Amino acid sequence: MSLEFDSKIHKTLADARLQQAIYTATGRFKDARLKVVAQDVLPEYQELRAQANALKKHTIDHLDHYLEQFQSQVEAHGGKVVFCQDAAAVADFVLTLAKERGARLIVKSKSMTTEEIDLNERLEHHGLEAVETDFGEYILQLARERPYHIVAPALHKTRYDVAEIFEQRLHIANETVIEKQAAIARAALREKFLAADIGISGANFLVADSGAVVIVENEGNARLATSAPRTHIAIAGIEKLIPRAQDLATFLKLLARSATGQPLSVYTSFLSGPRREGEIDGPDEFYVVLLDNGRTRLLENPARRQSLYCIRCGACLNACPVYRKIGGHSFPWVYSGPIGAILTPQFMGAAHEPGLPFASSLCGACAEVCPVKIDIPKVLLELRADAPHNRWESLAFRVFAWLMRHPRAYELAGRVAASLVSSEGVRWIRSAPGLLNFGPIRAWLAERDLPPPPAHTFRELWRRR
Amino acid sequence: MARRVSLFVTCIVDQLFPQIGMAMAEVLERLGFAVAFPQAQTCCGQPAFNSGYRQEARQVARHFLEVFENCESIVVPSGSCTSMVVHHYAELFADEPRTRSRAVSLAARVHEFSSFLTEVAGVEDVGARFEDVVTFHDGCHALRELGIRSAPRRLLANVRGLELRELEPREECCGFGGTFSVKFGELSGAMARGKAEAIIQTGAKTVVSLDPSCLMQIQGALSRAGLSIRTLHLAEVLASR
Ligand code: SF4
Repeated sequence: MSLEFDSKIHKTLADARLQQAIYTATGRFKDARLKVVAQDVLPEYQELRAQANALKKHTIDHLDHYLEQFQSQVEAHGGKVVFCQDAAAVADFVLTLAKERGARLIVKSKSMTTEEIDLNERLEHHGLEAVETDFGEYILQLARERPYHIVAPALHKTRYDVAEIFEQRLHIANETVIEKQAAIARAALREKFLAADIGISGANFLVADSGAVVIVENEGNARLATSAPRTHIAIAGIEKLIPRAQDLATFLKLLARSATGQPLSVYTSFLSGPRREGEIDGPDEFYVVLLDNGRTRLLENPARRQSLYCIRCGACLNACPVYRKIGGHSFPWVYSGPIGAILTPQFMGAAHEPGLPFASSLCGACAEVCPVKIDIPKVLLELRADAPHNRWESLAFRVFAWLMRHPRAYELAGRVAASLVSSEGVRWIRSAPGLLNFGPIRAWLAERDLPPPPAHTFRELWRRR
Repeated sequence: MARRVSLFVTCIVDQLFPQIGMAMAEVLERLGFAVAFPQAQTCCGQPAFNSGYRQEARQVARHFLEVFENCESIVVPSGSCTSMVVHHYAELFADEPRTRSRAVSLAARVHEFSSFLTEVAGVEDVGARFEDVVTFHDGCHALRELGIRSAPRRLLANVRGLELRELEPREECCGFGGTFSVKFGELSGAMARGKAEAIIQTGAKTVVSLDPSCLMQIQGALSRAGLSIRTLHLAEVLASR
């Protein structure tokens, strides 16, 4: 584990106010979800999960086919599909288009994919203004922070934190009422919507048989961002595809319920192509940027391919006892929580944060709530098997495996270890900091007590019966 | 003739909590089982498997297979170790079809203690008496990998003198997670404290679980906090009268 990871965890654990904020907010989502997926409320819930999993599996297994179909459908409706290898390619595309159109101002609706490729920074670097229009994202843009949670980006901010940010960045003092804070943001954003040349959105689903981009949201800002400006660019990972419009019946029933505990989000937009003759709103130009950024590499491994089924509902974060303690910013990349723990090593390489796949008690709460049934603990175990092994640990496990195949040696070693961790032994270890680096036992004792070893092992007692 | 069961007591019970193994044997014998303890047993290999050492885990798993292959029913005082054998052995031997099929056939005969009692032996009342207010901690692997929810509660419901008070939240991890508890000691400790607080809220004097490792973690946190709440394995409660 890197020092950075360790110190971020430590800092979050030590911050009582933050602990409370994370625990309360995730707890609210968690309880809300439980209510709407309960057996008596949604009896077909497990059936829906199985369907969603099968649909995602099928799509990911036949991605080439659906990408082609999607592209031809979008083009048939007058839109354009742009395939981008990586972050730089997306930025290039947007910058070139902005230049051609003489655009300066871009409004954005919430999109983890654009966070993944640091799009805002790249655009701002070239003199474009990109404004986040989702309330949470807007707050974070003011605070210059990364999203804390994939569904609720400003989950860690209380209204008092927001008041402080507004005071510093907007010079509006002492506004701690949430509704009024939202009104301030709305007023500031209205101007931006009207003046923007380009709207950039993400996508929750890309429907292959109809070429539609489906966006689910609660604030209506995505609807505005995708229809007010002349040009709309939807940016999405290639894994967002689903085969047919009718499959939305399955996914939409699961997404909002899993994310926020709503039966359905407030707004669900189906965008397919630019404004047609006779339509009153919609953009003149419609682009869908399909991002690879390492996704095709994930396809190569059949056991881990399921990582691409994710519909970014955030349920696994809310359920995760680790996320609920260490929060979103302890994670080394934009994707946090259980899904972040499996995506990060696969996208960024194991060396990005070697400790990440190990930062889990493998409790399985994530897999239990995942609407598309990604077996996250299984993928974590695979990533652990592939992780670079520390030399001392490797040696320890070789010794372990040898002992466990030699019962007599195991018994003897057990007695030796027991005398070491006997109460005198433990006192000695604890009183000799720095002298004796007896790693595991010391790490244990820093937080908890250890039971005194028994006078006799089970097998000794059994022999005496 | 009495039905025969073999104990796999797990390395942690053998080394640290022998009384749990003894209690389990006592309950099974009281129910009329002939109990055997294959002496060559050690560990299921989970520590290596969960830490990413598959080669080493395979070696230990192979030893387990050899020791228990000829046993009819194997009873284990741990949901986690049971799940290792039941769910992960087949995967470990994915490239060795013969060993894999041996592992699969063995897996069908390996049972976690509480579900052995209720599902295999068909017993819900073992005739125990335990005068205390207790709470029950669901070990995550028993709960989510083996789907054990009601078995221990049904057994506890039939213990005379026992009052069960459920935890709130009920199904949260205690933070043990094997090597996780030392690799991320501070985090694991924080999770254990959360569990300890939930336990205190119930007012129970005893915490019961199916997993000795969870109990060790919880006991460690309770004792560090200076609390006198004790931890017991279900077998110990069922053995008392
Ligand atoms: S992994 Fe599953 S639960 Fe987690 S965000 Fe993705 S879809 Fe939701």
